[in-house]
This record gives sequence, C-alpha cells and structure tokens, in this order.
Amino acid sequence: MITYPKAPKIQELGYELKVRQAMNRNLITVEPRTSMSKLRGVLRSNRISGVPVTRENKLLGVICVEDLVNWLMSGAKDCAIEEKMSKDVVTLCADEPLVHAINKLQQYGFFHFPVLERESGELLGTITREDIIRKLLQKLEIEYREEEIRRYRASHIFEDIMADKTSLIFQYYIVGQDFNRAGESSSALKKSLKRLGTHPDIARRVAIAVYEAEMNVVIYARGGEITVKVDPNQIRIEVEDSGPGIPDIEKAMRPGYSTAPEWVRELGFGAGMGLNNIKKCADEMNITSTVGKGTRLEIYVATKKESVSYEVK
Amino acid sequence: MNLGKIRQILRAEVIVGSSPDREIEVCCACDLMSEVLSCVPTGSSCLLLTNLAHSQTIRTAEIAEIPVICFVRGRKPESQNIKLAKKNGLVLLSTYFSLYEASGRLYKEGMPGCSGSRVS
Ligand SMILES: Nc1ncnc2c1ncn2[C@@H]1O[C@H](COP(=O)(O)OP(=O)(O)O)[C@@H](O)[C@H]1O
Ligand SMILES: [Mg+2]
Repeated sequence: MITYPKAPKIQELGYELKVRQAMNRNLITVEPRTSMSKLRGVLRSNRISGVPVTRENKLLGVICVEDLVNWLMSGAKDCAIEEKMSKDVVTLCADEPLVHAINKLQQYGFFHFPVLERESGELLGTITREDIIRKLLQKLEIEYREEEIRRYRASHIFEDIMADKTSLIFQYYIVGQDFNRAGESSSALKKSLKRLGTHPDIARRVAIAVYEAEMNVVIYARGGEITVKVDPNQIRIEVEDSGPGIPDIEKAMRPGYSTAPEWVRELGFGAGMGLNNIKKCADEMNITSTVGKGTRLEIYVATKKESVSYEVK
Repeated sequence: MNLGKIRQILRAEVIVGSSPDREIEVCCACDLMSEVLSCVPTGSSCLLLTNLAHSQTIRTAEIAEIPVICFVRGRKPESQNIKLAKKNGLVLLSTYFSLYEASGRLYKEGMPGCSGSRVS
C-alpha cells in the first residue's frame, strides 16, 4: 500500500496560520500633520484605498478614499489629515489566527485592516483579502496566478472557508502537439487535489480522466484549456479545445475506434480507449463538439456520494 | 514479491531509485498507455513492464500511481525523463530480456497479473 501524507485543509490552515505570516509588511503610512491636499497623491501613487495615520509607529487613525471624497465635496479647505481621519479603527493583532482576519473582513466589509503587535501596540503592517488568499495558496503549494487571486476576491472563498465548503477554481493551458509536455496539467492538478485533502482514490480517478482528455487535446487539437472547479461535494472538470471537432461522437466513444496518426500509436497512445477511460473514471461525462470549431468535454466526479448535485444541461 | 527479488529474476539494472524491500503485488506488461491507465488496480503496488521509454510512460506511472517501471530489451529513458521519474519518487529498472521473456520469468515465480491470476 502507498501511504499518503496528511494534507492540510484550507479550514485547518486558517487556524494554523497567523495574521503575521500573511500580512503585508510594506507599510505605507502618513503623518497626522500631513495636509489633506497631499492625500490624493499618496492613495493614487500607491494604488490603495486607505492609509494608516501614524506617529512613531503608533497607530492614530486611518484615512481613506471616502474621507477624501467627503472633504472634497465640502469645499476642500486644506487642513491636517488628523482632523478628518477616523480614530475608531478596527485592528488585528499579529498573533491572531487567519480566520479571525477573515471573520473581521466579512463582518465589517472593509478591504484591509492594520495589524498591530499585541504587547507594544506597534503598527506592523496591513492585511487584505488578497494577502490571505495568496498565503493560503502558497502554503498549499498550489500554483496560482496573480490574476486568479484577484478573481477569488469576488468569489465565495471567504464564506466558504467559514462554512467549511471551500470552492476553488484551477485553470491550466494545454500546448498542442507538444508530446513531451503532455500530462503536466494533469500532474499539477493531482498534486493540488491531494494537498487540498481530496481522497487519494478520487484524486487518482480525476487525474486519469484529465490525463486522457489532455492527451486528446495534444494529439488532435492545437491546444486547449482545462478548468477545474473543486466543490465540497464534487469536482467539475471542463476541457475545451478549438481543434477539428468530432464528427460522430457515438463512433468516437466506441472502444477501439481511433483516428490517431502513426506517430501517436508508436508512442503507446491511439488504442481508442481514452474516452472510455474517462467515462469509467467519471460519475458523469458530457461531450459536445462542432466540426471545424472544437470540442468541449465535461467531467464530474463526486467526492461525497450522498450529496451529488449535477448541473442540469 | 519484493523489488530485490524482481531485480534478481530479471537481472535488472537500477536506473533511478532503489528500495529492495519494497513489496510489489501485481505486474502489468503493456505498451498501450490507455490500457495501463484503465487496468492497474487502485491502491495496488504495481510493476509496469514496457518497451516504451518516453516521457508519457513516466507520466502514466505518476498519474496511475505505479511505483516501479522496468524497461525491457535494455531500453532506458532520456536523462530529462529520468529526472521526471526521480522527482515523482518512481523506481526505474532496465532488463535485457524481452517483454515476453521478462513477463514469463516473473509469472513463473508467482507474480500475479492485473486480473489477479497467477501460476498455480
Ligand atoms: N479533442 C478532440 N478533438 C478531435 N477529435 C477527438 C478529440 N478527442 C477525441 N477525438 C476523436 O475520438 C477518437 C477516440 O478518442 P479516444 O477514445 O481518446 O481514443 P484515441 O485517442 O486512442 O484514438 C480519436 O481517435 C479522435 O478521432
Ligand atoms: Mg485518446
């Protein structure tokens, strides 16, 4: 038997990791005496929506875009920032678990919180949703792109973490005709699933199905895209290519039917079993294809048998 | 059957990785990767005997969780594929016997196939 290391779940990581590990130490602050007329420049050049007001590392308040707008609307008479800042600041301590940060972000609907050292009250940094998600993914050693982090912000990851129903989306690009690199996406996906705590047998089934689909895209199309949505109860995989399409899907599904060229057969593929393998590994599979346009394959694998909810087509 | 005994029966050379005490439960002798993917039982510790020494053999083993590959007829993968195997903790062997001879030798010594059948 192969033994698997215990994979941490996102929820567990939320308790294990502390605010200190995820916060942004790149501190941008303003002095209480700075004039309001300078604020716009500070916010804009740093692309931030608010900034802590400090004196000798002590947090005095926060001034944000909204304060700036109010000041502009009421005549923009120049004054010190300390006159307009909010002094009632909700903060986090560096030694609190990340879930507290997630909770507070949700509760207050703010974009960021100042982080303080508990004993000294010294301002150490700030923390945002993106900082938290970036840290969680990094800890899970999941490959991610910055643009995806920004997308998660709009998704339900926070609510999901709290409700123990994490939903994650992974995306991979397949390079067509590159036989040597074929399988890289399936391999990366399998590793990510295991790190998320997916049952090893399920991760293996998903990997086999996606690998066969990936091979087909490499062999028959010029490239494609894999999108994987991991829900608490099911994994949904979508493999899309803009290749030649399949003229007769029923025929393509027949075991042994293959149009694979000779070079592919010499490499051990093209036995006409791929689509059948996918079907065997999946709880449900749908293919749609348009000749000259491309092929789209949907694969569903249930992770908790009792509560499967397939999307109705 | 442990890996040390398998090496002895096949007079196999180790290309990468080595754990002579590792138990192998079944053997799959095959050059069709789709077939390997579909017939190797989940959770079994399997040996793959094959003629094909390219990147997709290594990928197939990784995806289907096959811990050991033995290439027949003295074949060996290129160094980048050996690296890939190493990264995934696979054991790679190479034997001068053909697929038929290597299979026969192991079967005779009691190694079962993927369907569970073994010499009686
Ligand atoms: N993404 C695809 N684009 C175009 N044709 C495809 C695609 N996937 C599969 N096919 C067609 O379906 C056939 C059967 O596919 P499959 O079951 O994977 O077997 P194999 O790849 O071994 O031929 C292929 O030979 C090919 O003609
Ligand atoms: Mg195929």
